[in-house]
Order: sequence, then C-alpha cells, then structure tokens
Amino acid sequence: MNEQSAALATAPDSIVAGKAAGVRARYLKDSIARWIVWIGGLGVIGALLLIFVYLLSEVLPLFQSADVEARQQFQLPGPAAQTVYVASEEQGEIGLRLTAAGDLVFFDLYDGAVLSARRLPHSEAGIADAATLSAEGGEVAVQFGDGRVSVFSHTYELSYPNDQRVITPVIGYPYGDEPLPFMEQAGRSLVVRAERGALVIAAADRNGDVVLKRYEMQESLFGDATLEEGALLRFTPPVRADILLLEPLLSWLYVIDREAGRIAFYRLGEAEPELVDVYEVGSPVRDARYLSGGISIVVAQADGVISQWFPARDGDGGHYLARVRGFETGTGAPITALGVEQRRRVFAAGDENGNVALFHATADRRILREKLLDEPVEFLSFNPRAQYLMAIGADGQLRGYDVHNEHPEVSLKALWGRVWYESYDKPRFLWQSSAATSDFEPKFSLTPLSFGTLKAAFYAMLFAVPLAILGAIFTANFMAPQMRQAVKPTVELMEALPTVILGFLAGLWLAPFVEANLPGVFLTLILLPLSIPLAGFAWSRTPRAIRLRVPEGWEAAMLMPVIVAVVWFCFALAKPLETLLFGGNMQAWMDRTLGIGYDQRNALVVGIAMGIAVIPTIYSIAEDAIFSVPKQLSLGSLALGATPWQTLVRVVLPTASPGIFSAVMIGMGRAVGETMIVLMATGNTPVMDPSLFQGLRTLSANIAVEMPESEVGSTHFRLLFMAGLVLFLFTFLFNTLAETVRQRLRQKYATI
Amino acid sequence: MHSPTPNPAAADLTVRDTGGVRSYVKSGQPYVWTTAAAIAVSVIITVALLVLTAVRGMAHFWPADLLQATYAPPGEAPAPLLVEVRSAEEVTGARLQTAGLPIEDPEALYTRALVKVGNRDLYGADFRYVVEEWIGDRSWPEDATVWERVEWGNLHGFLLSASIDGRTIAGPQAWTAYREAQRRANELREQIDAIERDEIGAINYRMERLRLEERRLELDGLTRAQDTAAFAALDARRAALDGEYAELNAERTRLYEALNRDSIAVRTIDARELTVPLAKLVAGWQPNDMNLLQKIGFWFGKVWEFVSDEPREANTEGGIFPAIFGTVLMVIIMSIFVTPFGILAALYLREYAKQGPVTRAIRIAVNNLAGVPSIVFGMFGLGFFVYFVGGSIDRLFFPEAAPAPVFGTPGILWASLTLALLTLPVVIVATEEGLARIPRSIREASLALGATKAETLWRVVLPMASPAMMTGLILAIARAAGETAPLMLVGVVKLAPNLPIDGNFPFLHFERKFMHLGFHIYDVGFQSPNVEAARPLVYATSFLLVVVIVVLNVAAITIRNRLREHYKALED
Repeated sequence: MNEQSAALATAPDSIVAGKAAGVRARYLKDSIARWIVWIGGLGVIGALLLIFVYLLSEVLPLFQSADVEARQQFQLPGPAAQTVYVASEEQGEIGLRLTAAGDLVFFDLYDGAVLSARRLPHSEAGIADAATLSAEGGEVAVQFGDGRVSVFSHTYELSYPNDQRVITPVIGYPYGDEPLPFMEQAGRSLVVRAERGALVIAAADRNGDVVLKRYEMQESLFGDATLEEGALLRFTPPVRADILLLEPLLSWLYVIDREAGRIAFYRLGEAEPELVDVYEVGSPVRDARYLSGGISIVVAQADGVISQWFPARDGDGGHYLARVRGFETGTGAPITALGVEQRRRVFAAGDENGNVALFHATADRRILREKLLDEPVEFLSFNPRAQYLMAIGADGQLRGYDVHNEHPEVSLKALWGRVWYESYDKPRFLWQSSAATSDFEPKFSLTPLSFGTLKAAFYAMLFAVPLAILGAIFTANFMAPQMRQAVKPTVELMEALPTVILGFLAGLWLAPFVEANLPGVFLTLILLPLSIPLAGFAWSRTPRAIRLRVPEGWEAAMLMPVIVAVVWFCFALAKPLETLLFGGNMQAWMDRTLGIGYDQRNALVVGIAMGIAVIPTIYSIAEDAIFSVPKQLSLGSLALGATPWQTLVRVVLPTASPGIFSAVMIGMGRAVGETMIVLMATGNTPVMDPSLFQGLRTLSANIAVEMPESEVGSTHFRLLFMAGLVLFLFTFLFNTLAETVRQRLRQKYATI
Repeated sequence: MHSPTPNPAAADLTVRDTGGVRSYVKSGQPYVWTTAAAIAVSVIITVALLVLTAVRGMAHFWPADLLQATYAPPGEAPAPLLVEVRSAEEVTGARLQTAGLPIEDPEALYTRALVKVGNRDLYGADFRYVVEEWIGDRSWPEDATVWERVEWGNLHGFLLSASIDGRTIAGPQAWTAYREAQRRANELREQIDAIERDEIGAINYRMERLRLEERRLELDGLTRAQDTAAFAALDARRAALDGEYAELNAERTRLYEALNRDSIAVRTIDARELTVPLAKLVAGWQPNDMNLLQKIGFWFGKVWEFVSDEPREANTEGGIFPAIFGTVLMVIIMSIFVTPFGILAALYLREYAKQGPVTRAIRIAVNNLAGVPSIVFGMFGLGFFVYFVGGSIDRLFFPEAAPAPVFGTPGILWASLTLALLTLPVVIVATEEGLARIPRSIREASLALGATKAETLWRVVLPMASPAMMTGLILAIARAAGETAPLMLVGVVKLAPNLPIDGNFPFLHFERKFMHLGFHIYDVGFQSPNVEAARPLVYATSFLLVVVIVVLNVAAITIRNRLREHYKALED
C-alpha cells in the first residue's frame, strides 16, 4: 500500500465537500473502519506487551528493599518494675509485658493504653527469668524467685461484635497454675521444651551446674495434661553456664560462656549428656537464640558480629557444631539484644548505640540497618506475622515499627550460589521450595533448575541439530522435487505433534524401552552412521542398468529400508551382546565397573524426545535458508567443475550459514522452554549431575509442577514468575536475534 | 584455491563411475548419503510415532483371546492362569535374576510377557509379568468370559449360573439369560444416571442459587424479621425444590431396587466362586467364542463407548467424552476471541500502520511471541486473568459467593483467553502473509474505481485473504488443541463433575473447570494409580488427539498450497 493510494482512500474533506449524503456516509464508514483497526491492532499489540509488563510487575517486589516505619513511642506501660519478657500478638495490635514482680500487662500497641493487668499466681517471690516454650501456642515459662517453674500461655480471641474486630487476650495455664518444683533457688538462663510427651526444664544454678529436669505428661481423656515428676540430672560443664539453649527435639544442648566466648556442645540421650566438644566463638558473647525451625542458633558477639551455628556431620558421620556464617551489623558496636521471627529465618540485632539490623540467615544477607533508638537496645521482639517490631531501650521506652519485609529470602547468593542449609554437611545448590510447616527452611537455588534446563536443551540439540541440518541440506540441495513435496509436509506434521504425546511416549514407552535395550541404543548410534556410507558404496557398485532406473534425488527413500534393517539388526543383537559383554545387565555393569548410576527417566530419553520436538523447527528454517541460496551461485560452481558436494560445502553452506545459525537458535529457544516433554520424561529431580543417565528438572517443568500450589504473593510465587520471566526473555532474545539474522540474509539474497 | 589441473575428485566421478573406494570418498557421495540418511531417519521417526500410537491405541479395544494355562516357575507349585496376553519381549536371564525370579541360567534369553489377569479385587493387580518358558498346558476354552465391571476392572472367569428374578438358570441357557438381564440392568443404570446427574444435579444447582440469593439479600442489609416477603418467597421456592427432590429420590430408590434384582455366579480360574450382582457389571463377552466379524463389531462398539462415555475408576476406564467436549468447547471459545483480534492486528500492521522500523520491530516481536514457552503464557493467565481480573470480577459482582471464588479460580474462560493470546501470533502471521500476497494491482484497481479504503478492504482484500485467515485459524486451533502446559495452570482438571454446558441457566458456565485431552494423557499416564491398566487408554487418547491435529494440519497445508497456486496465477 503506497502513500498515494492511502492518501486517496482516506480522502480529505475537499473531496467529500458538496457530495451526496451517501458518499459522506461511505467516507464516514471508512474512517470508522480505520479507527477500529487502529484501536484493535494497537490493543492486540498492547496485550502482548502486557505479558512482559505483568511478569515484571510480579517479579520486581522481590528486589524491593525492606523498610521499617515508626508507629509510636511511649514509656512501657504498667508498674515500674524491671521487664523480663515482652511479646505482641498476631495482628501487631496488642503487646504483652511481664515484669520481675510478676505483673502481666496487656497494652495497646498504638497508644500504650493498658488493656488489662494482673499478677501471675504464685509470683510472690518475684520472677527470675522467662523463656518462650512455644511461640505458636504463645506458651511462656517463668522461673520464680524460689526456683519453681510455671508455664502460662497468652492467646488472643477474635470476635466481631457489630462487625468490628475485637481482640481479647486470654491467659491460660496449659500445665496447671501450680508451679512445678525444679530448683531450690532461682537460677540463670531458663529453657523449657515440650516434646514427645515430656516437659524438660533446664537452667544453670548458682554454682554453675546445669540442671535438667524431666516431667512426663499424661494426657487424660478430656485433653488435660497432668505432669509426673521424672528424673533430675545435674552436671558441671567445662565452661561457665551463662546461656543455655536446648534443641526443641531434645537432642542437643548448648552451654554458652559469655565472657570467654565459648560454646559447650552436648548431645542429649537417655543417659548422661555427652559433651561433643567446646567451640571458641572468637569474642565475648552477648546473647544467643534459636532461629525458627529449631535447628540453627545465632550467637551475638561483642564485636558486632552475629554468628550462625548448627550441628553438622563430618566425613565419618560424627556430629560437630559448625559455624556456618557470620553476619556483621557494620557498626562494630557491641550487640545488646537479639530478636527472632517466628516463621522465617529472619533475626534482628540491636546494639549499644540504638542501631537495629535485620538479617536473613539462609540468604546470608543484611536486610536493613537503621538507628531506631538513642540508647542501647534491650529487647527486640517481632509479632508472629513479623509485620511489627517492638524495640525497647534501656530507659524503658518502647518504640514500635511496622516492618515491610516481604521477601527477605532472596539474595544473589541464595539464588545462585552454594548455600549451607540446615541439616546438610556442606554448602550445596538445592531447590526445595515447599513444605508443610514453617519449620522447614525453603531452599531457593535456581542453579540446579537452570542447569537442568541447559542440560536437557544440550542433549536435545545434540540429537536434533545433526539430523535436522543434514536433513535440511539433503532436502534443499539434492532431493527430487516430487519427494520434497511429500517430505516437507511430513516434517511439518512432526512439528504439529502435541508435545504432551511426545512426552507420554518418551516417559511410558521410550524410557522403559531404552532401559531394557540400552546396548541396542548404543549399537544403533555406532552402526547406523557407519552403515550409511557403506550402503551408498554398495549402491555405486550395483550395475548401471539398475542404478539408472532410480532417478537422482531419491537416495533418502532408498535408505529407509536400510535404516530400518540396521536398527532392527542392532536391537536383535542387543540382548546376546548384553549377555556376552555386560553379564546380561548393562546398567548393573555400568554401576559396578564405571560407577555410573542409571535413572529410568534420564537425559538420554529427554534428549531424544525433545530432539524430535525440535527437529522440525530447525529443519524448516535451515531448509528454507539453504533452498533460497540463489541458484546462479551453485550453478556457477557446478559449471566450473566442482562436484555437488564441493559446491555445497564451499558455496552454498557459507552463504546459508547465517540462516542455519538462526535455525539452531530458534530450536534452542524451543528446547529451553519446552515443558510437557521434560515434565513427563525426566524424573523432575533437581539434581546437578551432567550424566546422560541421570534425571533433571527444568525451569519450565518446575513452574508447571509448583505454580498451582504456590501461595499468591509469596517469595516462592514470585520466584516462579522470575523463572518464567527468565524463560520469556531468553527465548525472546534468541528468537529476535535469529529473526534479525534471517532478515539480513533475505536482503542479501535479494541483492545477489 | 583453483588449480589449473582438472578437479581430480570430479574427474574420478565422471570418467570411471565404478571407481574404487577412494574415488567414492573423494566424490563426496558418502556425505550426500549421510545427509539423505538424516532426513530418512526424521521421516521414519514421524511415521513410527504415528504408527505406534495408532496400533497401541486401537488394539486396546480388540477383544483379546483368553488363554488358560498353568504357570510353573521352577521350584514353585503350578498355578492356573486365565489371562489376556498384552505384550512380550526378550529379556536376558541376568535381568530377570535381578528382578528376583528363580532363573536357572542367567546366560540364556527368556521371553517375558505382560499378561492381564484381571480380578484386581482378588489378586491386588490387573497385570503381571510372566516368563513364557514356564507356561504350560495352553488352551483357549470357549466359555472363558471377561466381564467389565463398574469397579475393580475386569473379571475373568466362567459363568456358573444366573439368578434372574429369583430363578436360578444354569447350563447353556445361563449365558443367554445373563445377556438379556445385563441389557436390562444397563438400561436401569442409565435411567438412574439421568436422574442423579441431570435432574438431581439441576435441583442442587437451583438450591445453591437460592442460597446465594439469600446471602445477597443479607449483604444488602435486609433481615428476615423486616423483609418477610422476600425471604418467604425464597423459602417457598426452596420447599418446592425439596418436594421435587423427595419425588426423584423415591423414583431413584425404586430403580435401585429393580437394578439389584439379578446376579450371577462366577467361578474364577483358581476355583473361587463369586456371586456378582449385575448392578456391578457393565458387559460380559466370551472372546474365544467370537468370530472375526463379531470381534470387529465389538471393536467398533468399544471405540464408540470410548468417545461417548464418561470416565470411570479414576479415568483409567470408561470413555473420554468430557475431555473431548472440554477440548472442543475451549477451542471454540478461543477461536471467537482470537479470530477478530488477530485479523485486526494483521490489518493494522499490513494496511494501516506506516511501514518503518517501528512496524518492523513490532512484526518481529509478534513473530517471536510464537516462540515464547507456552508455560509462560500459562503463568500470565493464572496471575493476570485468574487472580487479577477474575478476583476483581468476584469482588464486584459476586460478593455473595465469598469466600468461594466464582471467576477468581481457574476456569474454561480463562483457559480460552490464555490460549487465544498464545495463538494470536499464529493468526497474525498467517493473515499478514495472506495480505502481503495479494497483488497491489488489485487494490489499486479497486481504489481507482472510487472505492474507499475500507470498502477495498471489505469487498476485495479480505475475501481474497480469507483462505489465509482460515489457514491461520486452523493452525491456531491445532496448536491450541495440543497445548497442555499452560492449561494445567488455568483451568484444566483431572475430573470435572459437570460439563461447562448443561441445562441449567445460563447454560454456558464460563467459570467451570473442564477436562482436556492433552491433560488427560498426562494425568492418566503419569498420575494414575494403575498405570498398566491406563496405558492403552492413554495410547487411544493420544491417537485421537493426533488424528484431530493431523487432520487440522493437513487441511491448513492444503488450503495454503492452493492459495499459493492461486496467487501465482494472479501474478502472471
């Protein structure tokens, strides 16, 4: 459509002027049509652009930095006694404070107003120490001044009178309100754990001994627990017992010496605790806490470093306490308070100067640091949803902050680097995104998935590229036109085969077949390429009379029976060969002699299946590029006396090579994004093993598997979108590059 | 590079064409043969895949003979077998030994056969592997019978007697009597199905709507105490429905009683005697007694059942009608979206937009979207259509259904829209190609005669481009019919309780989830508890899908080729 005709068609008013109404209506229709096409066309293009924008909008929040927003500041409400414990409820609206005198004060976190206050029963002797027993159940254990221990729970009831949400704090005594006998006088560093029908209380007494007492829980039919006093253990640790940490599953006990900066690491069993070893922290210790999940501990050091430790196994299978990583507040000031989130591996550290820093343990990352207080930080406490952080200074001022920290798990290292996860013996690349409980540490390494994607694509290309390009060369250059007319639609049909069918055949037919006939597969790979030139040679030996009957360009058709025969021969020979060479079981032989493991659904199967899916793509584009090489070039070469093969290699292929290159690129793009085949033909195990006989998991299959179960807006959800965006950009880039190359080539051909 | 002497390779080729190996290699012929082999292998693979699916899929419906034999692995007591032989393969003794079989000679080759033993309720599995060398006393008794059951797969055995309406019939008449009674039972079952699914289903649907209406009234601030009339009307309608339900329920109970009247006594091969009510049976046949014609008739019957029946037993038995229905409906809805918009975009790009670098960039971008992984479109569909658009619709129009989502959950509308986006590039590219092929002279002639641009497009260009659009649409449909990955995210389910179209207002339920052939293949093949039993069914489903897609593609290719010739004629 050239400019002139367009100008004529969209006639200016001058043409219409003075014309009959019918003519005007026609031109009106014309301009309406123009508008519809403009709006429709641009709308469609906009919709396609929207895909990219939308994916990006889901991914970007991952990289938003966290921030805290001051909510209020007030003097801690309630009696002026020393504070021993603070907490806030799920919604971050009500705070709880426990004083050394035994006052239990609930207060509004917006204005500091006291909602209710009471005294804990039997707290006449004052409260020496308090410790969280169960964060989810709101259970807190306290040790009274007389050495006895009691457990109370603070839970919150929601009600909606007049459609207004009202939160009512409730105090309960899950183990009865009668204190449990434990020590004769108050000790230090109380820990209480409830696990497998037992309540275990531990603390350090004045002599520096560690006392462990066990209560057996008897649950009655009505669900109340009664406690029976059990064994009492007492031992003297090699370090001063300033801080005790007891693993929730009761396997490990840490005794920490503040001044000396040493950790004594005990294994608990049925009998006496067994000292595994004593570890040097490197500087004096200020505080130590369990992270959520109950596996890692974080130790705050006087030099402004927080170190993370957990039990790991050494080469012999023995346990040791590993210092996994260190976090720096960056201020160098001594740390005075630690606060841990309940559901994620996030913790906060406050220092002497009032700075508070947030860290994520697995991501090995400082999320933010801000000066929240003017005086040393004494308490840091998150509410269970971790949207609210309570910071209490040494002067008793409470400052509340709304925390916006949606995706602390993401860091460059967490996504791409080796990470030392809890319960593993060394840093690894792992993808394990979901679990039933928040105790599980999500493992978000994209490395194994990207590796799997590239591995699958690599083996697929290894299979497809030679077949497709050689096939394209023959079709474009040597094949008889009649045969070409039959072959090209066949290959197009191959392209149209739904990948779900290829995947199904690969997973349920090819995989077992290859497993049962592995020697046959290899024999075919060796014998088939060898037999072809031989067949050609044999053909050139046949008498001229027979040869001349077959017109040129039908070699491919003649080879079909040969290929079928060779393949049949290879598989017929496979079983006897397997018995002869590999003792009847090639996989077992490989495992025994070469140490190569075999998965039924492996890269070999994926390579073949996905190769079949990409062959037509590469073939069509490459064939097009070779076929459109101007005929005068090859004819000239042939006229100069070159053989057809010489013409092809020296003239045609160099000219068409950009087109072939773009064919490979587009094929690669398809292999990278293919979902159903890898979903069905690989075991979907995110392992990083380049072996041909091992499974893999690709980014696309991972999306298909995990997307439906992923919680909207969670880090996992956004990471899946990021994987999608990466796939989108990758294929888009590859295709654009290939398309540009092709267009250039077309112009070049046009000028020859 | 060029030497003055003649090309030696070519000389060998032309002068003595029966030269030695050297001249054969020099001539480049081995390489040519290798390239020929590459394309031959590709074609063989395509054909082999089609043949494999066709044979495996279609063989499933053939009534296989029942082999009666004794199976005696070394060192074990012989056990009787009554089985269909499914497949057999050669296996090395060593592999069988690894599998724990008492192989005497690991060097030897054995034949391992997969046989269907049936009677899953008795033996725990439908299928087992047997070593053919250990099978003896083969016979094919004419009265060996296969019963297809509603549950637990097939039953293999011998008919002892039929108990019909209180009378026990044994001997040769038993079979005829059983067939007659089975026909009656199947009719009754169909009636029950119709009542349960259609009529009671409709009542449940209306009840649910009443509940939502009531909830809506409450949300609007009305209370039972104040607005007696509104609520009383609802209560009256509910009472009417309850009455209808009671009637239907009585009818259903009566039919169930009639259905449970008859039973048969069956002896299995291991001499267990079972009494099976006909209500539990679907059909029975004696394959060894059937002649070829009967078998062919049986085969067609089974194929028809396959395409027209509902699935049973976690999709591993019965038909795939809902999946076919879902696929077709989704493709139709998708076509309604993709055709106009694809054509508009192509018209814009080719006829209205100024041809320049921007248009070229857009064209490349649109082209490349066809290469973007389909799963990415699925994510977009889930995030944007389902959660964002659907969630907004729910908040605005369906507050009474909360917290249950209506449109804010995957469904057929969202699946169709997602696939429309996915196939948009296909339609755009094909239409554009068609538009580009129309010679300029034709357009200019129309304009010269005084037609406006819109008239030229509408009367001249579009009719000429219509086969190209058709090609684009067919290719889009073929792609959509086979696409599975994105659908897994936006609305396809393993088993949909209702079709997206039914007799309840508004008849077409856009928000419902649906079944799809491609997903059916994935689900039954890979998520099914009984893979061996399901596998032939998956082959059959695959074959059906392949046939549909091959037909669509052949149509598209034919139209395109005709078109090309047509324009060549025009240009000359």
